[in-house]
Amino acid sequence: MTDQNSALEQLVQQRYEAGWVTDIETESLPPGLTEDTVRFISAKKGEPDWLLAWRLQALARWREMGEPSWAHLDYPPIDYQGISYYSAPKSPGDGPKSLDEVDPELLRTYEKLGIPLHEQQMLAGVAVDAVFDSVSVVTTFKKQLAEAGVIFCPISEAVRDHPELVQKYLGTVVPARDNFFAALNSAVFSDGSFVYVPKGVRCPMELSTYFRINAANTGQFERTLIVADEGSHVSYLEGCTAPQRDENQLHAAVVELVALGDAQIKYSTVQNWYPGDEQGRGGIYNFVTKRGLCAGARAKISWTQVETGSAITWKYPSVVLRGDQSVGEFYSVALTRGRQQADTGTKMIHIGKDTKSTIVSKGISAVRSNNSYRGLVRIAPSADGARNHTQCDSLLIGDQCGAHTFPYIESRNPSAIVEHEATTSTVSDEQLFLCQQRGLDAEKAVSMIVNGFCKEVFRELPMEFAVEAGKLLEVSLEGAVG
Amino acid sequence: MLNVSDLHVSVNGKEILKGLTLEVKAGEVHAIMGPNGSGKSTLVGVLAGRPGYEVTAGTVQFKGQDLLSLETEERAREGVFLAFQYPVEIPGVSNMEFLRAAVEAVRGHRQQAPLSAPEFMKLARQTCTELDLDPSFLKRGVNEGFSGGEKKRNEILQMSLLEPALALLDETDSGLDIDALQVVAQGVNRLRSPERAVVMVTHYQRLLNHVVPDQVHVLAEGRIVRSGGRELALELEEKGYGWLTGETA
Repeated sequence: MTDQNSALEQLVQQRYEAGWVTDIETESLPPGLTEDTVRFISAKKGEPDWLLAWRLQALARWREMGEPSWAHLDYPPIDYQGISYYSAPKSPGDGPKSLDEVDPELLRTYEKLGIPLHEQQMLAGVAVDAVFDSVSVVTTFKKQLAEAGVIFCPISEAVRDHPELVQKYLGTVVPARDNFFAALNSAVFSDGSFVYVPKGVRCPMELSTYFRINAANTGQFERTLIVADEGSHVSYLEGCTAPQRDENQLHAAVVELVALGDAQIKYSTVQNWYPGDEQGRGGIYNFVTKRGLCAGARAKISWTQVETGSAITWKYPSVVLRGDQSVGEFYSVALTRGRQQADTGTKMIHIGKDTKSTIVSKGISAVRSNNSYRGLVRIAPSADGARNHTQCDSLLIGDQCGAHTFPYIESRNPSAIVEHEATTSTVSDEQLFLCQQRGLDAEKAVSMIVNGFCKEVFRELPMEFAVEAGKLLEVSLEGAVG
Repeated sequence: MLNVSDLHVSVNGKEILKGLTLEVKAGEVHAIMGPNGSGKSTLVGVLAGRPGYEVTAGTVQFKGQDLLSLETEERAREGVFLAFQYPVEIPGVSNMEFLRAAVEAVRGHRQQAPLSAPEFMKLARQTCTELDLDPSFLKRGVNEGFSGGEKKRNEILQMSLLEPALALLDETDSGLDIDALQVVAQGVNRLRSPERAVVMVTHYQRLLNHVVPDQVHVLAEGRIVRSGGRELALELEEKGYGWLTGETA
């Protein structure tokens, strides 16, 4: 039995392919968080007064709040004064106007990550916003998108060029006071993406943001705001990596989605932040607040996430179903190995009539990791005919890992139907033996079994991402098996 | 083809096979019969490389190689196939995907060119038809929600596609209705050729009406206690095992 376990452990040994550092001159703030830090960031971005005031208020809130401790996570206290809240690649003047002005070292960084930023080399039909540490370095296909009326730009640029849109929606889905990490983000967010899709427009390509944390001792606090006006459609992809470092790094992002009547937003994430080593040294602390609001009737918001990275993941992409007949979906694969800990799930808040939500969560735990699903389904008294279906499956690899499920159901309307199904299974010796007896090596066998387990979620991902996600799982599960 | 010599095997410290000797030549079909707990499944399991067995003495030669020194997947690629007594499910992995990966692994080892996706699908469908299986079999998850009989038929489908040099069948005929039994028999008979060999573990002589063995062995208490031709199986059907196990006691 022990032999089998150590073989499985070897199989899921850590390998992280995005762990290198870009050597680039940066402008960074010294560690510490005061009002001056917030003023510096706001001034750096040339922000209007209302936004500075909003940030300062968020900071004041944050100082009154305590770090949440209810999650099934165990980590040493974070020293919020030991973190630098701003780091940006040094560039002359205002920052690059076009790709030609972008530091070639940065372009090489993204190319190495498989994200070429030259439009002619890009995957056809995907526009990319590349965020490096605290700032957005480049956004591609801007012109083509503008022709369709779609705004896709760094949020700092949107504050400057489309202040009325940003002011109207910022903080309406995730208020600054929402939670400790959201308040922190509201005070110090430095960049992120902004998307606006006008009425009736189907966005002509997939939009994508690629986040990279490079600098040491720096937190990344990006803020993304996506607004889909009535009857519009948009699909958005998010990817993340970070170098391999011995210290932990904090990532506290906020994503807000607003879907007006008949609009649809599909938001997909492949999160591969550095997970730390086998002993649990280093890795990203990922505390993220993601929430979407179905503001109008028949709106639809769909979250799909593949979480393989980070030392700690604390993340509950949620949907507030306010419009009648609106639809919320959450499809998730969370893989933990080594000493990784994930406490992730979703919240579906049914307010409108005949609202529908679907939750499919697949948790995979290997080695000494802990994987928790935490989900809330709340049916308000107004939500006549609301329906939810939750399916929550856990797969264990080895016998020293843990899978936990914390479902919360609050139904205040007797006409609602809420279903919850949960299973726990293991990659069994017998499955491995069957695969090996058919000529497959153990690595291939485990990756096939895990991929099969995740199939329902993978098929929700856009094609390029589905391929990437499958490969990512394979690499994550790869080891030196003789 | 296969030479098992004085094989001793223990499971959790308990000796199950106690000096088993067996020779199977290319082109032959052997049936292994015997009472419950006599070591039949252990024999085919240890040959296929199932974990949890400890070989304490003896040797196994397969096509001139030391079979026991090979990893499980290497044995499979060399042409050892085990049809499972209790085939396990692999949810979400389609039969087609699974079979293709297996066929690729085996063909790659034999240095045969990989089959394109359409070529493979054609071959898989054709094999289904020959075995009288519904091609929808290929789209379903590996053994997922299959009935007992369907699982066994699926084993035969895999065997037919992989074309092993040595097929080991572990009570594949148990619990089958007559139609499913026909599929199993047909699969084995299709495979019969001068280059291949088959070892079938079975409790019942009825499979042997459809697949006529060259030799029948009786395994009792970890050893082969009697070998003979087809007629031995009929004799066993009539007399049971008592008179043979009595001999060894």
